[in-house]
Amino acid sequence: MLDVANLTVDFRVDTGWIRSVDDVSFSLDAGATLGIVGESGSGKSVTALSLLRLHNDRATRLSGRVSFDGQDLLALPERRMRELRGRDIAMIFQDPMHSLNPVLTIGEQIGETLRIHQGLDRKAAQVAAANLLDMVRIPDATRRVTDYPHQLSGGMRQRVMIAMAIACRPRLLIADEPTTALDVTVQAQILELLRDLREEIGMSVILISHDLGLVAEFAERVIVMYAGELVEDAPARTIFEAPAHPYSEGLLRAIPSADVDTHRLYAIPGRIPDPGNRPPGCNFEPRCSLAQATCAASPPPLDPIAPEHRIRCPIRSAAKEVAE
Amino acid sequence: MTDRLASPAEPQPVLSPGATRRRILMRRLWRHRSFRIGGGIVLAIALLALAAPLLTSTEPTQMNLRARFAPPSAEYLFGADNFGRDIFTRVLYGARISLWIGCASALLAAAGGAMVGMVSAWFRPLDGVIMRIMDALLAFPAILLAIGINAALGPQVTSVIIALAFAYIPRMARIVRAAALVVRELDYVDAARVSGAGGARIIFRHILPNCMAPLLVSVTFVFAYAILAEAALSFLGIGPPPPDPSWGNIIAEGRDYSVQAWWIMLFPGLAISFSALGINLLGDGLRDVLDPRLKVEA
Repeated sequence: MLDVANLTVDFRVDTGWIRSVDDVSFSLDAGATLGIVGESGSGKSVTALSLLRLHNDRATRLSGRVSFDGQDLLALPERRMRELRGRDIAMIFQDPMHSLNPVLTIGEQIGETLRIHQGLDRKAAQVAAANLLDMVRIPDATRRVTDYPHQLSGGMRQRVMIAMAIACRPRLLIADEPTTALDVTVQAQILELLRDLREEIGMSVILISHDLGLVAEFAERVIVMYAGELVEDAPARTIFEAPAHPYSEGLLRAIPSADVDTHRLYAIPGRIPDPGNRPPGCNFEPRCSLAQATCAASPPPLDPIAPEHRIRCPIRSAAKEVAE
Repeated sequence: MTDRLASPAEPQPVLSPGATRRRILMRRLWRHRSFRIGGGIVLAIALLALAAPLLTSTEPTQMNLRARFAPPSAEYLFGADNFGRDIFTRVLYGARISLWIGCASALLAAAGGAMVGMVSAWFRPLDGVIMRIMDALLAFPAILLAIGINAALGPQVTSVIIALAFAYIPRMARIVRAAALVVRELDYVDAARVSGAGGARIIFRHILPNCMAPLLVSVTFVFAYAILAEAALSFLGIGPPPPDPSWGNIIAEGRDYSVQAWWIMLFPGLAISFSALGINLLGDGLRDVLDPRLKVEA
């Protein structure tokens, strides 16, 4: 259904263009869930925003192909793109505290999507909004539709955001760190809700997070991004149980665990390279414990090492071959 | 438990939840002392202006040559001018014209400024050009600009309003632009775009309403400036034309007699001071409540 091929995103800065997303390809079937993982600055959110073409036109250069149901989203005129947003592809954001307009009631905001795409009048939209609030399990929905965002807690607001997103029963929902700003207990409820709604509506979901554990639990397939590149693409179970790329390993080790008796939390040494100043070879080489001289020489290719499993690490793919 | 933690002094009013926000705002405004005082002054002046025919039996333009330069007395509360017109009556009726000029030009400037500011914030390529034009206008003293426009349109109340509105559009535009530039980057604007909202919907439903607080606050300040500016224009002889009174032109007409008949200038002067004070206090209160970040700590 969604097929992203060689997506590259450049941003204009004072000194020229910097590459934020570099040649990323992945695909997603109808009804499937994909996780995108990486630390801040890895390009995961930029990738998601590019699917909806939400970047400023003049300061962004997109190339590659994003084919959604056969049409290339990157080539679509803005007017057609607008029809698609909210109707076929919806998105929820990280910070529910700032994602709702403070001067409109939540009913008006949820109804807005319906009024735009289905031409509902104010009244019908209000009724539909109440049903949607019910769907995202906000109690007392008919009374709540006239609430303003400031009257709701963070978890409730995120439910409202989800209600806005699913109003037109989209085929693809992009959730950009939907639970990062929430309490742990609320996180679990929101994920549970997303999982249920996915089945109810039959939509595909892209879940973006820096939390590999959370993504592995939710998604069927996970791609790991680092410095704008896709470094590993594998079924969630594989990533969680036997990650092949050293960066994925690092991410997994960085998840604090209660049952392992460690005194120090693990962190991958070093920092993600500045997008304007990336190393000539492998982007991860300066931080990698497996790094060899060849790693710094030229950018590594993305190699398939198993069916449904690609990694961008020649050391590991070679090791895999030897083992076989 | 949580119920008990919530301040027991304020029982939650049983209202439709939508009304609470407004209710809370009103209550906070009412608690604000300078808003209360300022609001009281403005309200009192407005009521006096409206009730003018009930408070005085004479017409503001009615002359009585026997009462020329009559000092304040029981009959002529604020005295009389060189034509023997009752200053009290003229100040009351003058409030209508002065407040109308202040109010209309502030609102007009706000509307114009909102438009210019939004265009500037939304269509970024135009921003530079528009804001440089606004800067050029701003560099012009407001009064000078008003003199020019007024001269072109001829002496009448409407041209004073238009002139003052134009003079204050640049600062309104800057305020709206600044607010809109902040709001347009907020997540809920992105969320609206994700919902498929077009430019007009985003501007009018999501950005402009969220820029209202600073705009409303500056409307009150411009209201006060405009009343002062009206007086200044009248003093220069290009305010609302006599014989209909405005506070400004009463003062202007009285200036030749300021030594022998101080009351002609004093009372409209006091009216101007009081209304400017009242409106400013009101504006301070509005600002503190609507937009606490703008508050200058004393």
